[in-house]
Amino acid sequence: MKEKNCGVVLFYSNSAAIRAEKVTLEAGLAVKLIPVPRNLSSDCGVALRFDWDDRAEVEKLLEATDVPFNSICRI
Amino acid sequence: MIYLDNAATSWPKPPAVAEAMVRFLEQVGASPGRSSHRLSVEAGRIIYQVREDLAKLFNCPDPLHIVFGLNATEALNLALQGYLRPGDQVITSSMEHNSVMRPLRALEKRGVELTVLPCSGEGFLEPGLIEEAIRPNTVMIVLNHASNVIGTLLPVREAGRIARRNGLLLLVDAAQTAGAYPIDMERQNIDLLAFTGHKSLLGPQGTGGLCIGPRVDLERLEPLKRGGTGSRSKFEEQPDFLPDMCESGTLNAVGLAGLGAGVRFVLAQGLTSIRHHEARLTQRLIDGLRSIPGLTVYGSGDAHQQTATISFNIEGLLPSEVGLRLDEGYEIMCRVGLHCAPAAHKTIGTFPQGTVRFSLSLFNTEQDVEAAVDAVVKIAQEGKASAPYQSQCPLLG
Ligand SMILES: Cc1ncc(COP(=O)(O)O)c(C=O)c1O
Repeated sequence: MKEKNCGVVLFYSNSAAIRAEKVTLEAGLAVKLIPVPRNLSSDCGVALRFDWDDRAEVEKLLEATDVPFNSICRI
Repeated sequence: MIYLDNAATSWPKPPAVAEAMVRFLEQVGASPGRSSHRLSVEAGRIIYQVREDLAKLFNCPDPLHIVFGLNATEALNLALQGYLRPGDQVITSSMEHNSVMRPLRALEKRGVELTVLPCSGEGFLEPGLIEEAIRPNTVMIVLNHASNVIGTLLPVREAGRIARRNGLLLLVDAAQTAGAYPIDMERQNIDLLAFTGHKSLLGPQGTGGLCIGPRVDLERLEPLKRGGTGSRSKFEEQPDFLPDMCESGTLNAVGLAGLGAGVRFVLAQGLTSIRHHEARLTQRLIDGLRSIPGLTVYGSGDAHQQTATISFNIEGLLPSEVGLRLDEGYEIMCRVGLHCAPAAHKTIGTFPQGTVRFSLSLFNTEQDVEAAVDAVVKIAQEGKASAPYQSQCPLLG
């Protein structure tokens, strides 16, 4: 996944980040919780990295499951 | 040894509880939500799963709106002190535990109006009284789901309907029912549900929390504590979102890992089967005790209207004397006295001497119940006639 284009979801709360990981993994997406990249700022220490091609699906899933998130960025 | 003090703290626990705690200490260890390395993230996953499991058990609309704390007492203090303001009226029952009554009495001194509805001698509350007590400044109804003295269930469902109709919040103290009796926050219109981990949820001491429903105004809810949450660390102000807003300081992660195993055990057994087993034993215990001459058994007498908690007194003997004889003569563990609920004892007419309380769990058996009844038969027969009891404990003797 590292060589590919990736995005991250930033969260307010760590609990929300964990829930986002669970929801997206259950939907079969390739995601990973990583420390928030240095150039981005976030309220919570971890971010959810995903394949940028999955962006629409990630966003849809988080909204459908009421996971509160801050923003989505390309890295 | 027969342990009949489950209303204080359940024991034994399913083996999975200790296993989860050992696994956490040996293999995870880290703090959830603080760092971003794999162990911290794994700790976060373990704690989050507990939120989901509890949300499933209580039908709590949002697992992120479950805030963890030390016990039911802390959760009740958060809900009461955090939400009520001078000039508000709050309605409660005369069957409450001191973890509700003491915060309410303190708030009363600060200008909150408190209405305590009288319950019957069997601990029942007439729901019509709630409706009659509502005034323009009423904000909240607070009810003990089941008495920790006599097990009697209070009319939470009716209170929920009344709360919803009148735009009030319903806070339920589920210390005695969580894990033993069905709870459905949505269907019962429960806005705030306080639970403790170490009773029927089968977890360790030092775990509990508050489930916060969607009708609770978070802007009005003041956290009991403010501090580090691992989130919004740039700011010197407390976060305004759940659960972080009400979870300052490092969580009891190892305890919560154990609680999660307890909750999953309850979910796997199913509340229907737990309830069936406990109700059957409770009725046997009630009937057995009621057949003993010289005994007063308090409460409804009907296992279907109560949890597995039974209080009684033996004529002519102090509860403390009975408790000591049960422990030393029969290795039966119970709790005697006032059970932190003076209001409830006043209601059932046993204040200030209190009662002897037996409380069962899903791990008790028919043999336990028979042995307990037999022991009480013997103690009642000996009665006062026996020589003053000589304790075998050298320190007390
Ligand atoms: C009805 C009731 N409410 C509240 C509590 C307080 O629980 P905890 O001591 O775990 O805070 C208890 C038990 O002690 C209880 O039985």
